[in-house]
Amino acid sequence: MPDATKTAPAPEDAEAPLVGPSVDVKAEKARSLWGDAWLELRRNWYFIISAALIVLLLVIAIVPSLFTSASPTVGDLAHHFLGKPELSKVGSPEWLGYDGQGRSVYARVIYGTRASVIVGISVTLLVTVFGGLIGMVAGYFGGWVDALLSGFTNIFLGLPFLLGAMVVLQAFTERTVLVVIFALAFLGWTQIARVTRGAVITVKQADFVQAARALGAGTNRILFRHILPNVLAPVIVVATISLGVYISAEATLSYLGLGLASPTVSWGMDISGGASQIRVAQHILIYPSIMLSITVLAFIMLGEAVRNALDPKTR
Amino acid sequence: MTTIDKTATVPSARSGDDHVGPLLEVRDLHVEFHTRDGVVKAVNGVNYSVDAGETLAVLGESGSGKSVTAQAIMGILDMPPGRIPQGEILFRGQDMLKMSAEERRNIRGRKIAMIFQDALSSLNPVLTVGYQLGEMFRVHQGLSKKDAKAKAIGLMDQVKIPAAAARISDYPHQFSGGMRQRIMIAMALALEPDLIIADEPTTALDVTVQAQVMDLLAELQREYNMGLILITHDLGVVADVADKIAVMYAGRIVETSPVHEIYKAPAHPYTKGLLASIPRLDQKGQELFAIKGLPPNLLHVPSGCAFNPRCTMAQDICRSDIPPLLPVTGTDGTELVGRHSACHFWKETLHG
Repeated sequence: MPDATKTAPAPEDAEAPLVGPSVDVKAEKARSLWGDAWLELRRNWYFIISAALIVLLLVIAIVPSLFTSASPTVGDLAHHFLGKPELSKVGSPEWLGYDGQGRSVYARVIYGTRASVIVGISVTLLVTVFGGLIGMVAGYFGGWVDALLSGFTNIFLGLPFLLGAMVVLQAFTERTVLVVIFALAFLGWTQIARVTRGAVITVKQADFVQAARALGAGTNRILFRHILPNVLAPVIVVATISLGVYISAEATLSYLGLGLASPTVSWGMDISGGASQIRVAQHILIYPSIMLSITVLAFIMLGEAVRNALDPKTR
Repeated sequence: MTTIDKTATVPSARSGDDHVGPLLEVRDLHVEFHTRDGVVKAVNGVNYSVDAGETLAVLGESGSGKSVTAQAIMGILDMPPGRIPQGEILFRGQDMLKMSAEERRNIRGRKIAMIFQDALSSLNPVLTVGYQLGEMFRVHQGLSKKDAKAKAIGLMDQVKIPAAAARISDYPHQFSGGMRQRIMIAMALALEPDLIIADEPTTALDVTVQAQVMDLLAELQREYNMGLILITHDLGVVADVADKIAVMYAGRIVETSPVHEIYKAPAHPYTKGLLASIPRLDQKGQELFAIKGLPPNLLHVPSGCAFNPRCTMAQDICRSDIPPLLPVTGTDGTELVGRHSACHFWKETLHG
């Protein structure tokens, strides 16, 4: 049995201190809600694909000349618009064919990105700031302030979005990007206002709001420093998803001839022009439509990914 | 330990202390809530006072009005539905109920601070504790971010949070319950208030941590010579730290006493029942005593003494007349200092 004594613990071990080696409590860095969400997003394929698409779209919107040398507005009637696209010549003006006025469809698709992206982002920003403020004030103060602002919100919510935008646009003789942004934001802020109001009402009942008040915080500080960070997540989710909706709304209005007008290049106008030639030259309709679909899809996918990342309950 | 030098100033010479009398005095305070079902009378004429350096324990069941009284003092009652129909809350002799909202806000945090029961929900989950501690200095004293952070670390050291400097950028959920309550205490202490109201500061903690947190509170109170109102339903917590006790039932104070006398000889049947319900080692195997019945619905407080439906000594007079809070005397007729009871039969309870 000499082997058994060898495996028995040595006396030194028995005298070893009971506590283990000091553990580094700071091994893991503290992560905020946003840090957590970012980690989640980085592992989400939907996010990676949609983010890559959106980055590409932004680059196209900012410097369209990088992608094509052709002008979207100069037409050469020598190019027969019935001529089929030459799909082998990637990136050349004739790649996606020409439209009825001899303009390069490829150049128009590229240059049309800018209007869509500007309208989408600007409307979302305007709507988030305005709707968010209305919702926060209504939710926090409650009482008659809430009754008034909620009633106001509901009136706007009752107006049909596209119909209302059309009516607003009718009032303007010149339909620039700014006018379209205004028309969409004018009726679009209600959803954000309602989401914010609901979130603020939930958060303001939390103990930490009362604690902040008991320690002498004023209304502004409570509203913007303590409540706002807690309601930001749902607001951002709604805003990201609706970005795609605003882009398609702009295209719809332009299609109907009420949105953007020439010389601004817009996918909606091109789709409208293509629709009349659908039997003879489908490419005029198809390529702007594909671009529009991809853009809207990218923003909606981004919104979904952000929602999953910010709401731990759906994980 | 930069925080020690504030003890160099004599505690009694605190700023603006030209007022003679108690630090805080609550006089005949009434609070009611107007609900769809009627008027809930949560507080019905409460009187108490606290001096600098003194600890008042307010004892009572859930719904006895102890927390509502504290919220009325802090000015954080939701009004409406809350209403204060009468009463005075004198802080250094000035009635806070007559002050403007701005004056009251300046008192909150600076002169009177509050510690809440559930530290996890009382700390903002999306802000780091360092930010929340530093906020006290940035808002009230206008310090820069850097100075505020240094002060916040000092505070965390003072409430004995280990590795304060490393943990300053952690979020509340990363701390244990006891550590979170220490952070709440640190926030309340930040501006060295004259009075701290602690609303069941140890209820959410386990027993071993309870003692640590209470010791810490008592120690800091001595150091700063603060008044402390300790709201609790735990008689065990009270015995060690309180100087005097006010027992509340159905929105009224039913007994007041210096701390040790009440354990020896309670002068109200309710207090007697509370003391008898403390589990004791020498009663092993016996059934635990409980006060029968439930606290009254504050929408329909029983006529006469609110405790009469549950009281073993109740007589007809208890069902018709509300007993006033009167001084009680010893068996030989000498007045017992600081002792009051609101019972028609205090003599029988105290001496019987």
